Amino acid sequence: MISVLPYGGSAVLVESQDVLGLQAALESAPPAGVVELVPAARTLLVRFDPAVVEAASLTRLLSSVSAVDVATGTSDVVTVPVRYDGADLADVAEVSGLSVREVVSLHSSASYVVSFCGFAPGFAYLTGLDPALHLPRRSVPRTRVPAGSVAIAGEYSVVYPRPSPGGWHLVGTSSLPMWDVERDPPNRLTPGTRVRFEAV
Amino acid sequence: MTGNVEVLATGPFAAVQDLGRPGLAAVGVGRSGAADRSSVRLANRLVGNPETHAALEVTLGGLRLRVSEAALVAVTGAEVDVRAGRRAAAPNGPVVLRAGEELVLGTATRGLRCYVAIRGGFDVRPVLGARATDTMGGLGPPPLAPGMTLPVGDVVAGQPVVDLAPLARLSEEPVLRITPGPRLDWFTRTALSTLVTAGYTVTADLDRVGVRLDGPPLDRSRSGELPPEAAVPGALQVPPSGVPILFLADHPVTGGYPVPAVVREPDLDVAAQLRPGQRVRFALSREG
Repeated sequence: MISVLPYGGSAVLVESQDVLGLQAALESAPPAGVVELVPAARTLLVRFDPAVVEAASLTRLLSSVSAVDVATGTSDVVTVPVRYDGADLADVAEVSGLSVREVVSLHSSASYVVSFCGFAPGFAYLTGLDPALHLPRRSVPRTRVPAGSVAIAGEYSVVYPRPSPGGWHLVGTSSLPMWDVERDPPNRLTPGTRVRFEAV
Repeated sequence: MTGNVEVLATGPFAAVQDLGRPGLAAVGVGRSGAADRSSVRLANRLVGNPETHAALEVTLGGLRLRVSEAALVAVTGAEVDVRAGRRAAAPNGPVVLRAGEELVLGTATRGLRCYVAIRGGFDVRPVLGARATDTMGGLGPPPLAPGMTLPVGDVVAGQPVVDLAPLARLSEEPVLRITPGPRLDWFTRTALSTLVTAGYTVTADLDRVGVRLDGPPLDRSRSGELPPEAAVPGALQVPPSGVPILFLADHPVTGGYPVPAVVREPDLDVAAQLRPGQRVRFALSREG
């Protein structure tokens, strides 16, 4: 079930159960006038050139697009080595009623997929986190979280691409560079990328 | 034209801006670029530059520069006194500076952001294809600081052909046209009429990310949290207080508060010139 919501003169917001599948469908057959797709948790922002296509006709077209199946995607798996030494590891274990070893095991045995990027350049929200580790964010965010911090919050895990403020629970550290503006593309993880964490 | 420009004073905040980095939102990089895009385009055209060249965005004036070689510059945007060397100069037209002379901007008297273009452009190193200073994403050159030196490029579009661009003055109480946003149905039926009938006051809590307004709250008809979703410049995002925040050039790529309405893109240049304490109104537009 797709619904298409208005979002100004050059974008519409599409609600979908399968955002990445919808994005893949639109990328394989781009409708005329569409200039950018921005996936998020439950929505896909479709930016268009109003000189090429009208919002009304694009809305009709998008309402009839079927998502393609990307669940078994062929994209490469990025393996992220993690030292499970995060400052919040013990707290996470305590709040979720697990041992530290169990937290590490649950976090490093799941398969993750990049759902979307946001918050900061290269900040990739990974879905696939074991429900036992779904926790609300820290009540007091840190003013600075170092680059490479592996963290969890809500249904997501993340590797901080660059130092930034943050309210996520820090469970480990990775030395794998996630973001480099000299590289094209600058981000290692894009929506749809599959990820595994490997304890080192 | 070559040489360089030495920054002597910056005022409250000044930074290099061009038209930004479109098309990278999916990797968490916003467009950024000049908050008032028509003013940076005009400043570039006045000195014969391509519109995409980097210029300086100067918040509230107070900029002082020295050029190492003869240069042609133009100042657009907020109303401000301009001095070139010892001479008074007009904004919205090309201004000649001799080698070693200073360009001095006074304090903006109407509007917030001035733009300074130089023939050849400010040739700082591009990051991800643009020279824009993204204050939210931390990309591009650092904000200007006294002592900094900016190289001047040598690529131009042609000869300057206009001596003065006549412009309407910025309104004391501008009206920003809006269209319904994606989450209007999260608000009561009266929210939209409140937005377009009540005036709002611009607070001092404003920057390139957005403008926090003060005025009657927009009441929600449904509670609950919105999962993060992509935002656009001009989005009126409504936090729990109910009073909207207007997103500008460096808005977060995704936001977690519902957006009941969106300011039309042409009116964002006007919105970028709003000053603290100023009144602003919204009007419902039929077209996007």
